[in-house]
Amino acid sequence: MCLAVPAKILAITPDQLATVDFGGVQRVISVQLLPEARVGDYVLIHTGFAIGVIDETEAQETLTMLAEMDRLAKD
Amino acid sequence: MPSFRDPALARSLLAAIAEMAAHIDRVITFMEFCGGHTHAIMQSGIRQALPANVRLLSGPGCPVCVTNQQEIDQAIALAGLPGVTLTTFGDMMRVPGTTETLQQAAARGADVRVVYSPLDAVTLAEHHPEREVVFLGVGFETTAPGVAAAMQTARARGVPNFSVFSMHKYTPPAMRAILDAGEVRLDGVIGPGHVSTIIGLRAWEFLPREYGIPVVVAGFEPVDILLAMKMLVAQVVAGEAWAANGYRRSVRPQGNPVALGMMAKVFEPVDAPWRGFGELPASGMGVRAAWREFDARARFILPDVPSREPPGCRCGEVLRGIMEPPACPLFGRACTPARPLGPCMISDEGACAAHYLYSEWVVVS
Repeated sequence: MCLAVPAKILAITPDQLATVDFGGVQRVISVQLLPEARVGDYVLIHTGFAIGVIDETEAQETLTMLAEMDRLAKD
Repeated sequence: MPSFRDPALARSLLAAIAEMAAHIDRVITFMEFCGGHTHAIMQSGIRQALPANVRLLSGPGCPVCVTNQQEIDQAIALAGLPGVTLTTFGDMMRVPGTTETLQQAAARGADVRVVYSPLDAVTLAEHHPEREVVFLGVGFETTAPGVAAAMQTARARGVPNFSVFSMHKYTPPAMRAILDAGEVRLDGVIGPGHVSTIIGLRAWEFLPREYGIPVVVAGFEPVDILLAMKMLVAQVVAGEAWAANGYRRSVRPQGNPVALGMMAKVFEPVDAPWRGFGELPASGMGVRAAWREFDARARFILPDVPSREPPGCRCGEVLRGIMEPPACPLFGRACTPARPLGPCMISDEGACAAHYLYSEWVVVS
């Protein structure tokens, strides 16, 4: 029930609906719960609602930190 | 650039966990609260790859599973009322009531529709003003804000024939109930990633503060889960306990304030029954009086049906973390995903379904 899937916002209408792209499949969802969402953002979609913006900088930092840890462990 | 499914990163995290765990001279147990984590852990083989002294235990984070038997029976009875169209998420369809499932009720002619979003139920009500469209509100804090938003949409669009049968629940009370019962000894908790996207990391600070155990919120890819486990093992080794964020790309300390506001506007905490736990104080989401017109509990007289849990089903004990699914005498014999007897074998978040689908187990006949 708590499954949430990442999607990219393609367009937002004034009535808080957005067209999103789930890696090829497009759907209209609601951004009522996430008014700060902008076109181009990756967001988590749950039961037809965007519930959170995925912070790409944080994602990269986590992966970089893990890759660095992996490299140090192998040295 | 690696991803959160990168096998090399996963192996590196596993090695780090094993190295730290080697310094701990006892078995340590973490509970993954969320059934989504249970499935990801079983599917990726993390459970089998862990060092021998690091154990994972499934928690109660499966909304369908924790729904009380009488409420399931009432939902099925609602579907049978004249003029009612019952709308639901798909995983409620096969949950056994005392006498039948929603799917069987639909086969007998009840009007039951599976929807993707609660907003679809509002639209259905708008298109069928002659029907009473009831939505089955099952889910935790991840789901409830959207249902609240759907109720607000129904009010804004003037859709009087829409209502919600709320069985929504808050997650922290269940975690408290497990720790208060003292039936399992936990060294840490893997916090639910999408619930925490809504309620925030801060909502879990009571775990270290009041119970002295660490919690790390995790995402759902293998690397996310292993990262959270490494962070938990590190706290155990250091003798520390605090709430940490292992899912930084999605979870903020304060959560999603707009979603929290929407949820608080429509729902208020009420005492609620949970499968396996009984009544937990302030754990359910009741519809506030100001939204009574959309409250199916106020709108319909729910039958007081004599409810009975499926005979022999140990789902309640699985949810409390005191029984592993393969230990249930029905598991894999009388109860399988094709012929499920209890909700833990049905839901995509149920621990029994995860064990059946992804682990090696043997039926002794």
